[in-house]
Amino acid sequence: MEAHAANPAASARAGIRLPGLGAGLGRGTVVLYLSLIVLLPLAAVVNQSLEGGFSAFWSAVTSPQALASLKLTVICSLIVVVINAIFGTIIAWILVRDEFPGKAAINAVIDLPFALPTIVASLTLLALYGHDSPFGVDIAFTRTAIVVALLFVTLPFVVRAVQPLLLEMDREMEAAAASLGAGGMTIFRRIIFPNLLPGLAAGVALAFARALGEYGSVLLFAGGLPDTQVSSVFIRSQIESGNDLGASAVSVVLLVASLILLAGITLIQRWGSRHERDGDGGGLTVMPISGDVITKNKSDDDE
Amino acid sequence: MSSSTASRWGLRTLGLGYLALLLLAPLVLIFFKTFEDGIGAPIDAITSPEGLHALKLTLIMVAIAVPINTIFGIGCALLLVRHRWKGNTAIDAVINLPFAISPVVIGLSLFLLYGADGWFGPTLSEAGIKILFSIPGMVLASIFVSLPFVVRETVPVLQEIGTDQEQAASTLGANAWQSFWRITLPAIRWGVAYGVVLTTARVLGEFGAVTIVSGQISGQTETLPLFVEKQFFNFNTTGAYGASLLLALLALMTLLAMNLLKRKEA
Repeated sequence: MEAHAANPAASARAGIRLPGLGAGLGRGTVVLYLSLIVLLPLAAVVNQSLEGGFSAFWSAVTSPQALASLKLTVICSLIVVVINAIFGTIIAWILVRDEFPGKAAINAVIDLPFALPTIVASLTLLALYGHDSPFGVDIAFTRTAIVVALLFVTLPFVVRAVQPLLLEMDREMEAAAASLGAGGMTIFRRIIFPNLLPGLAAGVALAFARALGEYGSVLLFAGGLPDTQVSSVFIRSQIESGNDLGASAVSVVLLVASLILLAGITLIQRWGSRHERDGDGGGLTVMPISGDVITKNKSDDDE
Repeated sequence: MSSSTASRWGLRTLGLGYLALLLLAPLVLIFFKTFEDGIGAPIDAITSPEGLHALKLTLIMVAIAVPINTIFGIGCALLLVRHRWKGNTAIDAVINLPFAISPVVIGLSLFLLYGADGWFGPTLSEAGIKILFSIPGMVLASIFVSLPFVVRETVPVLQEIGTDQEQAASTLGANAWQSFWRITLPAIRWGVAYGVVLTTARVLGEFGAVTIVSGQISGQTETLPLFVEKQFFNFNTTGAYGASLLLALLALMTLLAMNLLKRKEA
């Protein structure tokens, strides 16, 4: 089975075609569709941001409010990915290596932030950690609230990126290291962690991209007060006050950050796939979104 | 042995405690908050004309955006996997963009393109076509944000099934359509279905992009997530929780569907 997947050139020669369409026509349609739906709108943002020349763009980005929002967004996102890298790995670990009642249910709940609308997340986090919190923790409309909201929405990324690598990992290496006298920490540091690194890095990059642009979950919980205004909230407020230049200038900064992160994820995957048995995916990316676990681990799913 | 048991329990407590505080507590609280003042108030909120309209509009978004992205997704995945072309890497990269771009930026981009001073805005409004602050704009936003899912879920399955059976079918005289409907589609159906579930969840819950292009006109361009926000800012928290619970139930159904499909595929 793998042999064919690894040899797409042969299948192309065999003349399997898109039903009813030549490949050329199909390509044309896809390129046109993507241009209309994705690229042209984004080009309009870039165009708008440069309407008044580069100096106007730069002064819009470096205006105190815009700069403060960007700084806040980046700092909160960094804190969030560090915390979720640690807890995401721990959760992936207990889901793969541990056995406890209710594990299947816990595994299913991981995707909740993915399925739950962000505005609903915001509302419930406000009820949970706001002024009438049942736990007596009131962090609403603070920077901590931004961090908690972002922790919620980015949780699945690291778990779902690390989980398949843990499932695939050959445990004989660990056994060998243990028999040679390595302790638990040494085994983790020298054997497990390096193997998880590609997935961890891709998950962290995707979580970071998501955190930088997050809007709905932050909105009700952290609000748009001057010192809790993340960039997406800032952009929204600029659109509402008719400042298209200010909105699009900050948008372009976020857009560039997204592009860099996506390029990073692609590079990480190329690097990661060199270690795989049949690493040739035709150069196509595999995103660590929640579905990835199943498609990559059909054969050795332990359930 | 005892130290490894201790670390096992330590990790378990850390991981599960984190999940309890971050995921389970909010989920439980939605139910609790909604019915705090009895069952009548949240039901009244959802069955108010604005609430029902928001629900209807949300379903319209799903009914339009999901089929479009499913057809596009399958076609695009076939193209990427089965037809090597140097432009494939670029197509692949563009498809991932909606994963990484802020929904607010997506909203802004449509706002600028179809706005009064946008590239398309003036021409379309002369032709009497209204995109912004009406359903077409909201559909475009929904399509944009949910674009990658079917492609991303279908590509790995297509790579895995290979082309043996398709080649056998074509040797036996099947044309491309027959081989697609009888061989390829049945083989990739669970991957596609998974992508469809993810697409649906994303469209149902989309907030940031839709909020900007919709103008949030009550009873006209308000989807359920926008309705939640409006009720919240109008101090009708029961209404906000009622609509939230409805969305949360849809999210739970999504999770259930995802897990059933995972089992099908495994």
